[in-house]
Amino acid sequence: MAEGKVDPVHQFTIETLFGTDHWSIGGYNIAFTNSSLWMAITTVVLLVFVAGGAKRELVPGRWQMAVEGLTGFVDNLLQANIGKAGRKYLPYVFSLFGFILFANMLGLLPLALVGVHPFTATSHFTVTGVLAIMSFAIVLGVGFAKHGFHFFSLFVPHGTPVPMIPIIFPIELISFMVRPFSLGLRLFVAMMAGHVLLEVLSGFVISGTNAGVGTFFLAAVPSFVLMIGICALELLVAGIQAYVFALLTCVYLNDAENLH
Amino acid sequence: MPQIEQLATTYSSQVFWLLVFFGIVFFVIGRGMLPKVVSTMDGRDKQIADDLAAAEAARAAADAEEEAWRVQANKQRAEAQAVIAAAKADAAKATDAKLATASARIDETVTAAEARIAAARAAALGEVEGVAAEAAQDIASRLAGLSIPAAEAQAAVKGVLANG
Repeated sequence: MAEGKVDPVHQFTIETLFGTDHWSIGGYNIAFTNSSLWMAITTVVLLVFVAGGAKRELVPGRWQMAVEGLTGFVDNLLQANIGKAGRKYLPYVFSLFGFILFANMLGLLPLALVGVHPFTATSHFTVTGVLAIMSFAIVLGVGFAKHGFHFFSLFVPHGTPVPMIPIIFPIELISFMVRPFSLGLRLFVAMMAGHVLLEVLSGFVISGTNAGVGTFFLAAVPSFVLMIGICALELLVAGIQAYVFALLTCVYLNDAENLH
Repeated sequence: MPQIEQLATTYSSQVFWLLVFFGIVFFVIGRGMLPKVVSTMDGRDKQIADDLAAAEAARAAADAEEEAWRVQANKQRAEAQAVIAAAKADAAKATDAKLATASARIDETVTAAEARIAAARAAALGEVEGVAAEAAQDIASRLAGLSIPAAEAQAAVKGVLANG
């Protein structure tokens, strides 16, 4: 009897592929792992998607419509949060949104049915953290380049009474410095939680089915039904988390662009 | 949790490959393809706006044309009515003139006829005088055997007729 022993976090294990363990630059290991592979797949799929829609036709086909819809969505996001000046961030925010969205979605594909294990790169805080730090670095760069040391006035909201400034300033500064962590961790936690939940439920289904008819109906069937719902929810979360990441990047960029 | 357990051994690889692939996404898609998509969208939006403006202009032109046509039509109608009125007036005037000449001619004819009638009556009266004088001569010669001269008889008849 195949005991359904499911390790819910095994799916996040990084494995080196193609015997590239020894690859390194300056002493740092850069082995090509399953995580790297799925980032590559994300890149290729996104590349194919956008390339297929960049046909520049006056009357768009379905594919072009889809790509233009996604572009227009990010463009509107920038317009709404930053205004006219938001256009110049479109390449970065679109890349961010597209990369996260496609990575999330690809990680949810039921490819295990054909023996391939999808890996969600965005369920690793190493990855989301780098993306968050990148966004934060751009915000800092833009802020200081545009406003110089006046950028620190961001930490003193309008109308703050002078005696309150010594208290408000550190609070605002801390809330500002926490941004990259909250940005990166939010995506990582949402992705990981969803995948762990699906794994745990599938573990219930397997164990329940193996343990007999009673537990099949009591535990396995309800878990399976719940899994279907949560799969739909996870698709939603995949989109929402990509949106939230892009949206918060826009909001932070707005702070840097316009202060407040 | 592999994310933490494997952190030390995999972080450099994770960061490196993320930067590689996100870099590809940013430079190839974000910088390379996206401007084309955006310019296509902007071009389309502009074309639609231009077409709408052109349609609006064409509509305004059509409205102006119609207005001008209406003014023209009204003017021509007024002109036509003026021509009709003038023609009517002319016709009435011509009719009056014709009627006047016709009545003048009739008057003339009537006057001439009356003159002829008066002459005829006078002639007839003259003849009656002559016949009466002859008759009186004849009666006087027969009854009284008097032979009265014609001039006397005539004078007597004239006196009677005049007193008549």
